[in-house]
Amino acid sequence: MKKASILMILGSLCLLGLFQFPLWNIMLGAPQYPEPLGMNIHITGIQGVSEFDLQNIDGLNHYIGMKTIPKADEMWEFNIFPIVIIAMVLLGALLGILGFFGKIDYRFFLGWFLLMSILGIMGMYDFNLWLTDYGSNLDPHAIIKVVNEDGTPMSYKPPLFGYKKLLNFDVSSMPATGAWLMFIGMLLTVIAFFVGRKSKNSVSSEKKHKLVTP
Amino acid sequence: MKKYTFHLFAILGMALFLSSCGDQNGKASSNSGLSSNNAEKVYVAPGEHDEFYAFMSGGYSGNLTVYGLPSGRMFKEIPVFSQFPTSGYGYSEETKPMLNTSFGFVPWDDAHHPDISQTNGELDGRWIFINGNNTPRIARISLSTFETEEIMEVPNSAGNHSSSFVTENTEYVVAGTRFSVPIPQRDMPINEYKGNFRGSLSFISVDPEDGHMDLKFQILMPGFNYDLSHPGRGKSHGWFFFTTYNTEEANSLLEVNASQNDKDFIAAVNWKKIEEYVANGGGTMMPAEYAHNVYDEETHTATSTLKKEVLTIDPTKVPGTVYFLPTPKSPHGVDVDPSGEYIIGNGKLSADLTIHSFDKMVAAIEAKKFDGEAYGIPILKFEDVLAGTVKSGGLGPLHTEFDGEGNAYTTFFISSEVVMWKLGTWEVVDRKPTYYSVGHLMIPGGNSRKPFGKYVVAMNKITKDRYLPTGPELEHSAQIYDISGDKMELIYDFPTHGEPHYAAGIPAELLAPKSKKIYKLSENKHPFAATGPADSKVVREGNEVHIYMSMIRSHFTPDNIEGIKVGDKVYFHVTNQEQDFDVPHGFAMIGANNSELLIMPGQTKSLVWEPKKAGVWPFYCTDFCSALHQEMQGYIRVSPAGSNTELSWSLGE
Repeated sequence: MKKASILMILGSLCLLGLFQFPLWNIMLGAPQYPEPLGMNIHITGIQGVSEFDLQNIDGLNHYIGMKTIPKADEMWEFNIFPIVIIAMVLLGALLGILGFFGKIDYRFFLGWFLLMSILGIMGMYDFNLWLTDYGSNLDPHAIIKVVNEDGTPMSYKPPLFGYKKLLNFDVSSMPATGAWLMFIGMLLTVIAFFVGRKSKNSVSSEKKHKLVTP
Repeated sequence: MKKYTFHLFAILGMALFLSSCGDQNGKASSNSGLSSNNAEKVYVAPGEHDEFYAFMSGGYSGNLTVYGLPSGRMFKEIPVFSQFPTSGYGYSEETKPMLNTSFGFVPWDDAHHPDISQTNGELDGRWIFINGNNTPRIARISLSTFETEEIMEVPNSAGNHSSSFVTENTEYVVAGTRFSVPIPQRDMPINEYKGNFRGSLSFISVDPEDGHMDLKFQILMPGFNYDLSHPGRGKSHGWFFFTTYNTEEANSLLEVNASQNDKDFIAAVNWKKIEEYVANGGGTMMPAEYAHNVYDEETHTATSTLKKEVLTIDPTKVPGTVYFLPTPKSPHGVDVDPSGEYIIGNGKLSADLTIHSFDKMVAAIEAKKFDGEAYGIPILKFEDVLAGTVKSGGLGPLHTEFDGEGNAYTTFFISSEVVMWKLGTWEVVDRKPTYYSVGHLMIPGGNSRKPFGKYVVAMNKITKDRYLPTGPELEHSAQIYDISGDKMELIYDFPTHGEPHYAAGIPAELLAPKSKKIYKLSENKHPFAATGPADSKVVREGNEVHIYMSMIRSHFTPDNIEGIKVGDKVYFHVTNQEQDFDVPHGFAMIGANNSELLIMPGQTKSLVWEPKKAGVWPFYCTDFCSALHQEMQGYIRVSPAGSNTELSWSLGE
């Protein structure tokens, strides 16, 4: 159980990587942009991959009437996400410590994982809502208005995950370093759960054994 | 029927051609194999980059052109000494001071010898220097912005030709005079030239931090013609070598009168010693007038300062600093091999090359073995300093470059060829014709301690039939030889702009990574910049109107301006708000008596317009910047002089 608890602590600490590394990355390449423009989505705000990328993305987007990329203080998410992450790190570490001293059961580790997964899915859902709004809530006076075959306005929503062709742009959207660290951390907590369960089983079988032998 | 006969002849011709191919037993096929191999050598596939940059002087274009090697593709023309309406250089308020001289505004020059800055004798790719020959000037060009940053006029000089070569650590960029003149200038009979005119050799220091130039001292030499020069390197670092002709000191019909002496001189100048002498307070300050023009990258503006004096050195007062090395037949180029031992005199009226030995020269000086003197300057004995002679069999050697592998390559103007020979043994290894009458040649790094000996570029003076004809006036022609093998091989021809006198090449990897992409708006310190649309405004001061205008895809702010009157002097100060690579905007005003402006991202440029007629006059963006480029336009309402139309400006109202 001690080993499991250490894994649990390490796993939850991995989330701290989100304060250093981006959670998500969206790249926009086009014939005119052999070096693609890109944005890194951090839990604290959106940054350009290169110094002037956000400005240049906004500059292009004004043709199709998209809103400018929100600043950190323009979205509540960027205030809430860091708090949620810190809370989950503290909770995970606390569970690990309690587990280490035998105060709680390994099943709490799985509980943390499930809670984190639910929060993650909620975050993705919210992110998707924003992408949809960003890509389809367009200025009616936009310079270039592209419509689908059925006459509805084309959406410029970037993909939530993966690749999409938007007019002349190749858009890819992928988890970034911070997210990969988070996934590793979450995986560690699942391992912690199994390691904890295994050690519990072996301890109880040892106990049974001891009971039998005298 | 006629057509039919023609076809018949064509078939017969083909048959003949094919049979002749067969007769040569595969010789023709091996030839075609070679040429396709050469095609591959110069072929740079679409999207691929060249291996080298080549900076070709523009000669009478006054500018510097940037090419790729081996493709021969031209990338840019950098305006240096000539007005350039394409970008507004020399027309914009910011760059007019760049062309200021003690003679006033001189919008043209004859640009000759580019040389790239060096550290420890190797190309370092910080700056490139080039000389203006006609109104003596030296320019320094940034190799991160590829723009001219500084121009220094050279006083007491005329025909600034033995320039602009840098010493091993870019301590100095050196400028020598081709025409000797009265120093200081005065009204005197021309035929009293002999003994009265002098030639100046100018040492311009280069600040290692920002490259800023300062004319440290001028050596006042006898009144010969100082034709070309090169620094010593390695062991001869600290010396500078200048060729002379017209040691006869003729002042008329030089063609004949300056070709009488069997030998002229190479002047060897120990500049380290003179530097010491100057540091100890030596030299005479002489009144002079020369302009020093500096362009500031942050204000995007040049300033011109008129300097009033120059430190002159009489070489006879500083013994042990200048010697003459007799060199046959009016030598043109003087080139120093990468080791610094051999000083090559290219006697342009001769068949042979004369090679002097630096070690022998030092020994002869120490032994004081002189063969008389000229105007107090000791002449060394020809035999004492001679290292060897290249008996080339060609005629009219002009310039020599080196490949770093013990070979030298010399151009022969009269016999129209490049001759490859071995340093030390002086044997001719190979010779290849040029088309036609080659002047300079260039190997990347070929005048440094570390040449990149893969290609030789020959710059030919005569083009004739090399390309499709374009009337009487033709571009000059360059040719690339592959020298990676034992012999030279002509692999490509390409036309060059202006008249390249010399060129400088450098591996692309040394420059490309630090080539600037944009100017940062946040670093723009132009006093009239509108770094955001909110800064846009129109200010009247008497009859001067300053328009602080910003531009971004795809509009100007403001784009409607009223209240301008006939007789006003209108300054457009236009700032490009873009911060994206390769998104310039242009600015053109109907009836402007100057040029357009081509403004790079983050840059501010100013154009003056003096409206002469009442009306509503448009301006527009000249660079197809975006899909909405054609919409990027504006109007200015010009009212008659004395009317009281209110000054107003707007966008989108």
